[in-house]
Amino acid sequence: MSQLVFIAFQDNDNARYLAEAIMEDNPEAELQHQPAMIRIQAEKRLVINRETMEEKLGRDWDVQEMLIDVISIGGNVDEDDDHFILQWK
Amino acid sequence: MAVKNKKLNLKDKYQYLTRDMSWEPTYQKKEDIYPEERFEGIKITDWAQWEDPFRLTMDAYWKYQAEKEKKLYAIFDAFAQNNGHQNISDARYVNALKLFLSGVSPLEHAAFQGYAKVGRQFSGAGARVACQMQAIDELRHSQTQQHAMSHYNKHFNGLHDAAHMHDRVWFLSVPKSFFDDARSAGPFEFLTAISFSFEYVLTNLLFVPFMSGAAYNGDMATVTFGFSAQSDEARHMTLGLEVIKFILEQHEDNVPIVQKWIDKWFWRGFRLLSLVGMMMDYMLPNRVMSWAEAWEVYYEQNGGALFKDLERYGIRPPKYQDIANDAKNHVSHQAWATFYQYGHATNFHTWMPEKEELDWLSEKYPDTFDKYYRPRFEHWAKEHAEGRRFYNNTLPQLCQVCQIPTIFTEKDDPTMLSHRQIEHEGERYHFCSDGCCDIFKDEPEKYVQAWLPVHQIYQGNCEGGDVETVVQKYYHINIGEDNFEYIGSPDHKRWLSIKGKSTDEKAENANKDAA
Repeated sequence: MSQLVFIAFQDNDNARYLAEAIMEDNPEAELQHQPAMIRIQAEKRLVINRETMEEKLGRDWDVQEMLIDVISIGGNVDEDDDHFILQWK
Repeated sequence: MAVKNKKLNLKDKYQYLTRDMSWEPTYQKKEDIYPEERFEGIKITDWAQWEDPFRLTMDAYWKYQAEKEKKLYAIFDAFAQNNGHQNISDARYVNALKLFLSGVSPLEHAAFQGYAKVGRQFSGAGARVACQMQAIDELRHSQTQQHAMSHYNKHFNGLHDAAHMHDRVWFLSVPKSFFDDARSAGPFEFLTAISFSFEYVLTNLLFVPFMSGAAYNGDMATVTFGFSAQSDEARHMTLGLEVIKFILEQHEDNVPIVQKWIDKWFWRGFRLLSLVGMMMDYMLPNRVMSWAEAWEVYYEQNGGALFKDLERYGIRPPKYQDIANDAKNHVSHQAWATFYQYGHATNFHTWMPEKEELDWLSEKYPDTFDKYYRPRFEHWAKEHAEGRRFYNNTLPQLCQVCQIPTIFTEKDDPTMLSHRQIEHEGERYHFCSDGCCDIFKDEPEKYVQAWLPVHQIYQGNCEGGDVETVVQKYYHINIGEDNFEYIGSPDHKRWLSIKGKSTDEKAENANKDAA
């Protein structure tokens, strides 16, 4: 059985960078546009990397800033200064 | 980037500002300070194993929450200044907000009280801090929802006394009793009920597709509070999953207790969400996805992945999950049919779907809608057109546990109402399902005390015995303004005048005759 993790963001300016960074670092992920939201799902694992986000934004970015735009998640969370990871082990 | 290292890293910061703020008591016994930690039978051997994956500290919490509030209130202001209510798809949509404000927002407040209470009851500092943050979040949700909808209250009926109605109105006892059940349980059951079963497994169904639907219907205020609340929810969901894993890892004796709670709270949550299913399929004039589709994505797919992950702890998917999965094709229609019949006793309007809406339902529910529901709805629409809008004046029989009228049907026979009954200490009790009956049998001393609205009316505790008196005096529903059919209602007329159209006199007369 497939075991998907997912993350959903408000469809706003910040989230567009997040979606871009996620799709770059998780090429197998699937991105869905729904009214006012962006939903990204992937098999077993999704990662947001601080470095990729900082490149996209051209500024320092704190991983916890994603808390402002996130709507929902599915999967076990592992977060530190450099990553936000969702996974089913 | 060397400068960054001067700051504490996330893990250390969390350790210093959360765990290290706690202390071991010396002149009082721990059992006396945390008296509710043991009676449920849950065994905790080491609170230090508690993980908060977001590692959120109070300083960061205030910073991010303040930013969310600033964004949210800027949108509320813009919405009000620009008369945003005039840009919604159709005024029928506002009826979903009336149900939300009286049915859901008070639950946010109940959650605030619940987390404030259990946050005091755990001897582990990590759990206490997480509950404290969630309590504040829930209070914020209750407040922002009331602020967002106060704008609608200036322009539409039925939004004027939500807190009063929540405590009294027949269908609002469904959400109210759900949270009262959780709040009157022990602290670990409360977390399993609300943090895990409700927040993790089921709230996506309430806040994600429904709020996306609000956006699709032009309601920027609601989608914004919905998604702003849901951004906290992501943290709550993570807490919910960590709570379960923590309890299960602490002691093998905890596994059967947690499994029983998961079975119970999945079923209670599933029943509660019938209301949301109806909002999605019937109360959003522009539809994003059907209730069945939402159930497939957010329960069958995401819940499936979750329960597969929990297998390693000896946890199986909730009992009666198969019945819930099958019911995705029925519950929204059965709930709407019920509210349509009892539209004289609601603080919102009901109506029969228009032709294209019926076609959409037929398309989304190919195996059930045309066969079981469409003919009934077309019959009611015809009756209404001929001046006989149908209202049911017989008070329904309620389930002793979920408090929903016994309107649902058997899994293998959608034409047979599902009904269970048992005798307990000389009294007979009625249930909508085996799921609710099992919950009663496990704790009859709790559920015999249920405040069932229909029983209370018949016992003379609701200021009168007839529906009109109860609705007007006890519920504070303004007759002829808040209730009855949508077509020809004051809301409908107001909407037509906003849109520069004249009232359809025929429809108005039809409504008057029936009422």
